[in-house]
Amino acid sequence: MQAFVDIHDVTHIYSGAEDGAPAVEHMTLAVREGEFAAIVGPSGCGKSTVMKLATGLQFPAKGTVVVGGEEVTKPVKLAGMAFQNPVMLPWRTTLDNLLLPLEIVQPHRSRLRRHKAEYVARAEHLLAEVGLAGQGAKFPWQLSGGMQQRASLCRALIHEPKLLMLDEPFGALDAFTREELWCIIRDLHAEQGFTVILVTHDLREAVFLADRVFCMSARPGRIIAERHVDLPRPRDLEIMYTAAFTDIVHELRGHIADARQAA
Amino acid sequence: MHAKRRRRALLAAAPWMFTIGFFVLWEILVRVTGMSTFVLPAPSVIAEALWQFRGPLSLHSFHTAWMTLAGFVIAVVFGLLLGMALGASRLVHAGSYPLLVGFNAIPKVAVVPILVIWFGVGWLPPVLTAFLISFFPIVVNVATGLATIEPETEDVLRALGASKRDIIVKVGIPRAMPYFFGSLKVAITLAFVGSVIAEYNASNFGVGNLMARASADFNVPLLFAALIALAVLGVIMYAATAIVEKRMTGWAQRSQMASA
Ligand SMILES: Nc1ncnc2c1ncn2[C@@H]1O[C@H](COP(=O)(O)OP(=O)(O)OP(=O)(O)O)[C@@H](O)[C@H]1O
Ligand SMILES: [Mg+2]
Repeated sequence: MQAFVDIHDVTHIYSGAEDGAPAVEHMTLAVREGEFAAIVGPSGCGKSTVMKLATGLQFPAKGTVVVGGEEVTKPVKLAGMAFQNPVMLPWRTTLDNLLLPLEIVQPHRSRLRRHKAEYVARAEHLLAEVGLAGQGAKFPWQLSGGMQQRASLCRALIHEPKLLMLDEPFGALDAFTREELWCIIRDLHAEQGFTVILVTHDLREAVFLADRVFCMSARPGRIIAERHVDLPRPRDLEIMYTAAFTDIVHELRGHIADARQAA
Repeated sequence: MHAKRRRRALLAAAPWMFTIGFFVLWEILVRVTGMSTFVLPAPSVIAEALWQFRGPLSLHSFHTAWMTLAGFVIAVVFGLLLGMALGASRLVHAGSYPLLVGFNAIPKVAVVPILVIWFGVGWLPPVLTAFLISFFPIVVNVATGLATIEPETEDVLRALGASKRDIIVKVGIPRAMPYFFGSLKVAITLAFVGSVIAEYNASNFGVGNLMARASADFNVPLLFAALIALAVLGVIMYAATAIVEKRMTGWAQRSQMASA
């Protein structure tokens, strides 16, 4: 089967880089449709760069990026994104923030005005699913950091993207909120079957959520190890205290340590 | 508890006490030193002049207010448009920035003689000076608001297939609004300076012109009365724009709103 996201032998150099050194080099990564992939690696190794390449926000100097069977030559139009910083627009209510992608993406864009009620219902349903029922009328700055992060997750999902890109979305949260959001994203993925690429620093998060974990080397980044996570789904938070889980985390830790050593 | 309430009452009364105290001190100083009215008139003398010339003062104040507002409105329209062009296009920004900075470096008083040669003495020089002096902060603020969109916000939207125009309309312009309204306070003050200066030099009307004539007559109390009129006018216009700012961009003042 052909991969949904196929990054093949990609080398990328930022035009703004003073040293002209590549951010990623000979990077190859394939993610199947509906798969939950996690990318871990040392800081500055090019994880966010991979996200930008896969969504067409940056174009590789060498190699090819294919998403959904088409080579990426412009921004992909089908990806939902969420970052460590929730970047909600402060002048819009939370609900209106959620509707923002629908004002951009077709066919919703032209349908939005006439079918407003239907879309609002969808947004409210999503909010309820992440535990924000009835908070839509509030402005983002009236929500806590964790609540904003949930809302930003909803915004990434509102247009039912086939590809969800998460760049350390749980990084700034406390341990309990983080676990809660893991479960939310796990359930949404199980329910809707979109493809996810998650960038994270947290190995337990990667192993708990992902089907496959990719380890990257230090800059210039490339994949140095790939680990299939064969833990059965649905996974419960308790699974993190089993030996099988800890073994995988431990193994990945070894790869990261090697990568940092090599740097 | 009691002490706290007293302190708050004191705080509320302080502006009045200081203002009144200032004028009382001034009055005493002038009386004690026996200073001539030609040098520094006492507040009581200024008040007298204010009353005596209330007719012309209010008439000319209205005129000055009109000149200022007209120049200000042109500056707002022009500043918004140019600011958007600058914020939206890096080419326009890079190309016109040196020109703008150079232009802004010119003290606008120096432009008044040229305006007089072009348009003669009348209402145009005050309006144009007000405009020329006040548009720059608007341009810079609008451009800054547009150009400083968070890269993540831009990424989120571009990954959805948003065009440059989408991003400017949905994010850039709303984002630039607090910068824009914030710059209005500065702009109106500058416009006021511009119109008064031009009236002083190149008009037959307005408070500036009234002052020019009072100065020629050595009518120092009237000069000071005109200054008071200008202060009142300036405060009113500043307060009006501050209120507009607060109304339009409540979300940008969220920290204060949250604590209120
Ligand atoms: N816009 C840019 N211009 C020039 N260089 C960049 C740019 N963005 C990133 N880089 C460089 O590319 C390399 C990879 O950056 P990237 O943001 O992908 O790292 P990362 O793995 O996401 O790091 P972190 O874990 O800290 O988020 C870094 O060394 C960085 O300095
Ligand atoms: Mg990153």
